[in-house]
Amino acid sequence: MPPIVSFFLRRLLGALPVLVVVLVGSFLLLEAASGDAVDSYVARSGAMDAEQMAQLRQDWGLDKGPLYRFRAYATALAEGDLGWSTSFERPVASVIFERLPITLLLMGVATALAFSLGSFLGILAGASPGSFRDRFLSIASLAIYAVPGFWLGLVLIVIFAVDLRWLPVGGIETIASGKSGLARLGDIAAHLILPVASLAMVYLVLYLRLMRDRMSEIWRDPFVSALEARGISRSRIVWRHVARNAVLPVVTMLGLQAAAMLGGSVVVESVFAIPGFGRLAAEAVARRDTPLLLGVILCSAVTVIIANLLVDLAYGKLDPRVRAGR
Amino acid sequence: MNVWRRLNLEARIGAVMLSILVLMALLAPLIAPGDPLAITGEPMVRPFASEAHVLGTDRLGRDVLAGLLHGTRTTLLVAFFSAAAALIVGSIVGTLSGYLGGFADTVLMRITEAFQTVPGFLLALAAISVTGPSVPTLIFAISLGNWTQAARVTRAEVLSLRERDFVAAARTLGMRPLEIAFREILPNAFGPTVSLAAISVAAAILIEAALSFLGFGDPNRVTWGSMIAEGRTVLRAAPYLSIVPGIALVITVLSVHLIGRGLSRRERLVP
Repeated sequence: MPPIVSFFLRRLLGALPVLVVVLVGSFLLLEAASGDAVDSYVARSGAMDAEQMAQLRQDWGLDKGPLYRFRAYATALAEGDLGWSTSFERPVASVIFERLPITLLLMGVATALAFSLGSFLGILAGASPGSFRDRFLSIASLAIYAVPGFWLGLVLIVIFAVDLRWLPVGGIETIASGKSGLARLGDIAAHLILPVASLAMVYLVLYLRLMRDRMSEIWRDPFVSALEARGISRSRIVWRHVARNAVLPVVTMLGLQAAAMLGGSVVVESVFAIPGFGRLAAEAVARRDTPLLLGVILCSAVTVIIANLLVDLAYGKLDPRVRAGR
Repeated sequence: MNVWRRLNLEARIGAVMLSILVLMALLAPLIAPGDPLAITGEPMVRPFASEAHVLGTDRLGRDVLAGLLHGTRTTLLVAFFSAAAALIVGSIVGTLSGYLGGFADTVLMRITEAFQTVPGFLLALAAISVTGPSVPTLIFAISLGNWTQAARVTRAEVLSLRERDFVAAARTLGMRPLEIAFREILPNAFGPTVSLAAISVAAAILIEAALSFLGFGDPNRVTWGSMIAEGRTVLRAAPYLSIVPGIALVITVLSVHLIGRGLSRRERLVP
């Protein structure tokens, strides 16, 4: 087996206990929610007398103990059945897989932007700690770090969509525009600019600060003096040596922030009316659709685990010590 | 004023800002008496246009300044208590995990990991969907996703403390394990955890705002998040209705971050 495959499998096995805990937690939530599947079925299909309801509960195994119900729930999950969404009247899995790509696109672009621009500005600040440029970026990042993403989204809408009319107010693409190919791609990109900006901004300044702080520590390392003594140019030291060492904690942070960003997408997608996975969570709560909410929770846990796995792989590529130790 | 002298400039600015906010929260019923959700004037009065409504009124004619002042109460109340709950629960879990070790440690850490894997905002949404929105349930829901960091930090600290001489001494004195964990080790491990307080408070403020923005806040209270959501329906005609409460949010979170950075200069956890 190639080492990368065995690494993947080992990590997935390691994540299993965590998934089991999430599963048990979701099941407890399902039990705590008022009403069961029969109640919501009756609410949907109309009148049914008490005897019929009892019969239906017996047929669906709902009259048995919680352990039996848990086993049924877990078995269905193992077969990829996430249950029935009462508000969409469709299987939960199909609703989720329809919505997930949009959110992954949004998060992927936001992460790429936050990471590249954040660490670039962090390098600019960390290249000469204490300089005017460094202090300006520090104060600006501190202020931006306090801005909630959803409010930033509204402010951006007011400026760029309402006043300047440069960008669309919301949605993921122009409805029934008849565009295809590159034109459609451009349309989606235009719709993504504002949501990506409001989702990415907090992480951008987070990575900026992390990069900058780590670099200012590395400047004090003796190896930097050794490089200077060898007459290596300053810009080469900054980019090839100091920045390269400082980027590792930022990469670690990428994985840690995956869950937070997924949570942030719930509000940002609601602000921009994007039919994504995050907004599905809010819709599930608003429509009292517990099976859908549980599906969303389970899928987001899996998404976060996979994101962390990818970060670990990238880390191995960047840090030769990790590669050697594997 | 010993504490004041130890604070740096950043932390002093933050402390002054936060004190003003606390004062606003305490004096809200005096400055703006009556129900802030009551209709008190013409709808959509612009800010600074009327003496009676300095910051204007919203879509229904409710005073924006009154909402802002009373919103401070909700924000600070929910943020403070949920951060406190998160720190307490986190440090208890961390202490048990680090001190007991073995199987208990494995189980507790797996649970902590599971809570970290599910986005905190989704946990809060899920909890609200079961309990319904009110101030105590909001506090509970927000702390649900907020305690894990404290647990990890405390556990690491306990692991480094439990082999120290004073713990061995306590054992020789015949103290029971849990007594040692909570009376001897936890107080000593609390320092680094407290430095998390600022991050927890800031996170709680933002989660509360986002929840009430989506309409999952306490419907009987004014919150900045619900004011932003309310203003959003007339975003084109009156953008200030959404922008003003948002500025209040930014100022509050900023003041907490400034204090946090000043308090924990060594372990700088806030960027």
